[in-house]
Amino acid sequence: MTLRTLIASLAVVGVLGWLGAPAAQAAATKEPIKVGILHSLSGTMAISETSLRDVVLMMVEEQNKKGGVLGRKLEAVVVDPASNWPLFAEKARELIERDKVDVVFGCWTSVSRKSVLPVFEELNGLLLYPVQYEGEESSFNVFYTGAAPNQQAIPAVEYLMSEEGGGAKRWVLLGTDYVYPRTTNKILRHFLLSKGVAEKDIMETYTPFGHSDYQTIVADIKKFAASKPTAVVSTINGDSNVPFYKELGNQGVKAEDIPVVAFSVGEEELRGIDTTPLVGHLAAWNYFMSMDNSFNKEFVKQWEAYVKEHNLPGGSKRVTNDPMEAHYIGFKMWVQAVEQAGTPDVDAVRQALAGQVVAGPSGYSIKMDEKNHHLHKPVVIGEVNEDGQFDIVWQTDGPIRAQAWSPYIPDSADRVADWTYPWVCGNCKQGRFGGKPEVAAAAAP
Amino acid sequence: MKGAGGVSRWVFSACMAVLVCGAAAAVRGADAELETLGVKSRKQLIRAVVAAGHRDDPAALPVLEALRERRLRVDETGRLYAIPPEGGAALSLTRGAGEPAGERSLRKPRLNNLVRRSLQPVIALLELHSDDREVRYAAAQQLGKYPREDLLEPIGRAQQRETDPATREALDLILAQLQLKSDDASVRLAAVERIADSGDLSLQPLLEELVALGDDGSFAEPDARVRSAAKAALGSFALEQWLVDAAKHLFYGLSLGSVLLLAALGLAITFGLMGVINMAHGEMLMLGAYATYSVQLLFQSYAPESLDYYLVAAVPLAFGVTALVGMLLERSVIRFLYGRPLETLLATWGISLILIQTVRLSFGAQNVTVANPTWLSGGFEILDGVVFPTSRIVIIFFAAAVVAFVWLIIQRTRLGLEVRAVTQNRSMAASLGISTDRVDTLTFGLGSGIAGLGGVALSQLGNVGPELGQAYIVDSFMVVVLGGVGKLAGTIVGALGLGVVNKFLEPVSGAVLGKIGVLVFLILFIQRRPEGIFAQRGRAAEQNGQS
Repeated sequence: MTLRTLIASLAVVGVLGWLGAPAAQAAATKEPIKVGILHSLSGTMAISETSLRDVVLMMVEEQNKKGGVLGRKLEAVVVDPASNWPLFAEKARELIERDKVDVVFGCWTSVSRKSVLPVFEELNGLLLYPVQYEGEESSFNVFYTGAAPNQQAIPAVEYLMSEEGGGAKRWVLLGTDYVYPRTTNKILRHFLLSKGVAEKDIMETYTPFGHSDYQTIVADIKKFAASKPTAVVSTINGDSNVPFYKELGNQGVKAEDIPVVAFSVGEEELRGIDTTPLVGHLAAWNYFMSMDNSFNKEFVKQWEAYVKEHNLPGGSKRVTNDPMEAHYIGFKMWVQAVEQAGTPDVDAVRQALAGQVVAGPSGYSIKMDEKNHHLHKPVVIGEVNEDGQFDIVWQTDGPIRAQAWSPYIPDSADRVADWTYPWVCGNCKQGRFGGKPEVAAAAAP
Repeated sequence: MKGAGGVSRWVFSACMAVLVCGAAAAVRGADAELETLGVKSRKQLIRAVVAAGHRDDPAALPVLEALRERRLRVDETGRLYAIPPEGGAALSLTRGAGEPAGERSLRKPRLNNLVRRSLQPVIALLELHSDDREVRYAAAQQLGKYPREDLLEPIGRAQQRETDPATREALDLILAQLQLKSDDASVRLAAVERIADSGDLSLQPLLEELVALGDDGSFAEPDARVRSAAKAALGSFALEQWLVDAAKHLFYGLSLGSVLLLAALGLAITFGLMGVINMAHGEMLMLGAYATYSVQLLFQSYAPESLDYYLVAAVPLAFGVTALVGMLLERSVIRFLYGRPLETLLATWGISLILIQTVRLSFGAQNVTVANPTWLSGGFEILDGVVFPTSRIVIIFFAAAVVAFVWLIIQRTRLGLEVRAVTQNRSMAASLGISTDRVDTLTFGLGSGIAGLGGVALSQLGNVGPELGQAYIVDSFMVVVLGGVGKLAGTIVGALGLGVVNKFLEPVSGAVLGKIGVLVFLILFIQRRPEGIFAQRGRAAEQNGQS
C-alpha cells in the first residue's frame, strides 16, 4: 500500500467515523497522533519486514475504528529504509525530526537497530523493536518486544538436554558469521560449560553470508555425532537455511538422529520453501501461529481479514509469526500507556509503558518489565510439519523475565538494566540517581 | 538391561490391562496388543513402541510404519486405521482389518523426535523377519546407525536365525557395538576386535571414545587390554581414513566446482569471448531458475502424474527463455555500447536491477518453492559414513554435459566458427562477409541460455528468489578471470580448481577463513597475471588465450 492510498483510506475511515459517531467528530478536529513505521520494504530484508509493516497498519486501522487514542486519530507514517543500514539512521531522523512521530515501530536486524540507536537517544525518540536478538544492550529509548537470549536460546538448549528433548550430550553451534550468532553462541558456550559439558563436546562453526555449500559441514556434523546424542543449534541466517536443510536430507541425517533447533526459522521463512527436508526439525520462539487459544484465534482471524480486505500480495497464504505477535503486543501496550499517561509525549509514555500487561496471542498475560524495557515471554518449541506450520512439542510453564545482560558472559554478568524512574542506568554496574537521563554517558562503555 | 526390559514389560501389561478393561471385552488379544499403539500420551506411546520391539512380532509392522509416516489414525474406541500410502480413505488395521473408517471421527497420534527415534530401530528390527534378503540387509544397516541397548536380545535372536552372510555380519557388528558397553571386560575386548576386523570407518568414533580421557583425567575405559586393542585398531584405520577423507574432499570439491562452472560458463561466453562486462549475468541464472519453477507449476496443474520429470522439460525451456531475453538485451542495449566497458558495466547493472524488480513484481518478493524430484533426493553411501547426494552427482554430470554442448557449438558448428572468427578479428571477419551483428546477438543469446541452464541446476540446491543471481555474480567473475578471459578451457579449470581448493581448505580453516583464503589466493594470482583481468575482446582476448 502506498502512502497516498493509506492516507486516503484513513480519511475514509475518518469520514465513516464522523457519520457514525458524534464523539469521533471531536477526534477528527484534533491533530492526529503519528506512528512511525521503519521497516525495509525493498532489498534483502523485505521478505521478513513487509509483514511487520502490514501488522502495524492493521493495528492502526483497528484503533482508529475504535475512535483512536485520547480522542485523537492515529496516523501511520511509513518509510522504506531499503535494507540499507545507514539509511535506517537517516530515515529514523526524518521520522522524528520532520514527521514528529510519537513512537516508531521498526528494525529487524541487529545492525539496523545499532545504527538507529544513537538517533533515538539523541532526539529522545521511542522505538519498539520486535525481533529476537542477542541481548547485551539496554537503551533508555528502546523497548524490546522480541526475545532476549534467555527467552529463546537457553530454554531451547535446556529442552534438548532434557530426556524429553533427546538428552543431547554433544553440541554443534552453527551460525552465519555476524553479531547475532557470535554473541548467542558465546552465551550458549558459557551456559553449556556451566552445565558440565566438556569443551571437546562443543563444535562451533560459522559460514559466510549467503553460503550455499554445506557438504563439508554436514559431513563433519555426522562424524561429530557418531558417538553421543548430538543436537545442532542453528543461527544460520535467511537464505542459507534451505541449502543446509537440503544437505541434511540428502546425506540421510534425520531430525530424530540429529535434531536441529533454529532461532531464525519461522512461519514466514517456511512460506517460500519446500518443507519436506525440514519436517521434524525444531524452532524455538515465543509464539507460533498454530497455538491453540482464543487470543491467538482472534489475532489470526483479524490478520486474515485484514489481508483479504486490503488484498495484500500472498493472499490466503499469508501467515502470522513471532515478530508480528511482538508488534501486536507492543502496539497494544503503547496504546494503553498513552491512555494512562494522557499524552503521547515520549517521556510520559516511557514511564507508563513499564509494567503494562496485555493478553498475548501466546495465551499468557504478557507484561512489560518494570525495569529493563523487555517483555516477560513464554518459550515455545515447535516441530516443523508438512504444512509449513509448527507442532508445539514443549513450552515453559509461564512467561520468563528477560536478561538484557547475560549472566553467562563474564564481562556483562554484573551489568544492570534498570530504567525505573528516577534511576537511569542501562549499561553500568551500579544504578545512579538522576532526574535527567544521562543516556550518552550511560551508553558509553 | 534386563531390568529395563522387565519394567517396560510390566508397564506394557499394565497399559494393556487398562485398555482391555476400558474397551469392549470383544477385543482379541493380538489386536489389543497393537492398540496400545493408539495411546494419547507420547510417553506411553514410546513405551508401547519399545514393547512391540520386545515382542518382536512382525504383525505390528504395518501399524508402526503408518505411525512413522503419519498415516495412522485412531478412533474413539482405540481401534487403529491407516491411510494407504497412495492416499484415500483410512482402512482399519485392527478388529476386522480392511474396513473403512466411514463417519467415525479419527484422531492423529502426536509424534515428536523421541517417538520417531524409538520407532526407527523397532521397525528395522521387525523388518529382519522379512523374506526379502534386501529388506533384511537394509534393516540391519538402519539398526546399526544408532543401536539401542534395550534391543540387544531381539537383535541377538535375529542374528542367530539369519541366513544371509552379509546381513548376519552386519548384525554381528551391531552386537559388537552394543557389547562395547558391557560390564564384562572380556566381552568388550572381543567386541573391539570384531570392530577392528570389520574395518568399518563409521565405527571409529566409538573406539576413540574408549581411548579418550574422561573429565576427571582417568580413562573412560578402565581395562588396559581393551584400550590397547582399541588403539591398535585405530592405527590400522588411520591410512584408510586418510584416503577416504581425501576422496570425500575431492568429491565435494568437484561438486562445488561444477556448481561454479555452471554459474560461470555463460559469463565465460558473454564476458570471456565477447568482452561485455555483463553484470546482468546473475539475473540470467535467476531467470533460468524461475523458468524451472514455472515448468514445475505447469506440471503440477496439467500433468501431476509425471511431475517427477518436470526438470527434463525445464532444461530446454530455461535455455530458450534466457537465450531470448539475452538476445533482446543485446539488440536493444548492449550493441550500442561495444568497446565502452564502463558504460556497459553501468547499463548491465541497471538491467539487472530492472530484471530483479520485474520478477519481484510478477512472482512476489518471497522465495518460491522448487521441490527436488524424488529421483534427485537422497544419496549413495559410497564409502563408510560418506554419503554422496544424488543431486550433487547429477549436477556434476549435468555440468559435463553443458560443457560438451558448448564445446560442440563453438568447435563444430558454423555459428561457432563465426564466433571464433569475430572474436579474433572483427573487421577481417566482417570483410569476409560474416554478419558480425548477427553473430554478436547469437553469441550473447548462447551465453545467456547457458546461464539459464545454470539456473536450472541452482534451483535444485538453494533458494529461488529474485535475488538468487546476486549471490553468484562475484563467484562467476572470479572463475572467469582466474581461468583467463576468452578461454573456455580456462573457465573449466578455474571452476574445478577453485572448488577443490576451497573444499580442502574448509576442514582445516573453517568455511569463513576458507573463503577468505581463496580470495587471497586469487588476488595474488591476478597480481602475477594482470593481463587476464579486463582484457578486451578481439586481439587482446586472443593474446590472452594464447599466453
